[in-house]
Amino acid sequence: MRKILLWLPLALFALLLGIMGHGIINPEQTTIRSKLIGTPVPQFNLPAAVPSHPALKSSDLATGKPVLLNIFASWCLPCIAEAPVLEELKAKGVTIHAIAIRDTPEDVARFLVEHGDPYARIGSDVSSRVQISFGSSGVPESFVIDGKGIVRHQHIGDIQPQDIPKILKALEEAR
Amino acid sequence: MRRLLLPLLLIAAPALSDSRMAAAPLANVQLPDAQQERQAKALMETIRCLVCQGQSIADSDAEMAGDMRSLIRERIQKGEQPEAIRSWLIQRYGDWVTYEPPMSRTTLFLWALPVILLLLGAGLAMGRIRRKAKS
Repeated sequence: MRKILLWLPLALFALLLGIMGHGIINPEQTTIRSKLIGTPVPQFNLPAAVPSHPALKSSDLATGKPVLLNIFASWCLPCIAEAPVLEELKAKGVTIHAIAIRDTPEDVARFLVEHGDPYARIGSDVSSRVQISFGSSGVPESFVIDGKGIVRHQHIGDIQPQDIPKILKALEEAR
Repeated sequence: MRRLLLPLLLIAAPALSDSRMAAAPLANVQLPDAQQERQAKALMETIRCLVCQGQSIADSDAEMAGDMRSLIRERIQKGEQPEAIRSWLIQRYGDWVTYEPPMSRTTLFLWALPVILLLLGAGLAMGRIRRKAKS
């Protein structure tokens, strides 16, 4: 018994070393998911990002039918890749609203002309205020919101073609 | 030249991954009230940056960290308590966002560990002292 006890500190030290080694070999890559899933969208009232589209406020996200809220920016490269996929979703009958992060009207307008315009409304969030209140940590990101304005699903990163069924399913479930 | 295109694009990508907007109004500007600025700074140092994980928003140059600093300063200026802002952020991002983990079932061990170790050490020392006294 005593002999085993004598080895215990060394064993514990080896365990600690093992844990540390594991941490170094597999660095943590955390995606921070919003904790707002299942709760109402935060209250906000954003000005229009471009003259061609109406502005966006929280009540626009609770109109009785599920919508997709896309958080994007004209300066964000993956958003360019995402644009055609969003257009495909729109063609399938999805209402897509957007929040443009840290953007100017000119840049957003240029983005819409160059990469496509699937958006019904676009709000301008110049200081990421609304993005932070959604618990979102980057662009692009998308939220599925049900007819009552409850956040149902969060998609982190650009929506790729293979994600379409998942998004449609989340929208269907939010009905 | 063509073969160089992809590497060049990859080098250029980080330069394009920031917006062209100026920093948020209070991202890098101290509050005029020294007491409030102290409170804001103390809070910022314990709020984790979302994009540059492993840094606090006080240390980070990421645009989003700047926006979060500005948000914190504005709310402190309005008279909000730092802990209220912290819980507002935790509500949105979870415990992950704070460097001061609140007591919960998962962090209970973390908080209790120092006490456990201290008691263990005290027990060990007592045993030793008693044995010495006997011999």
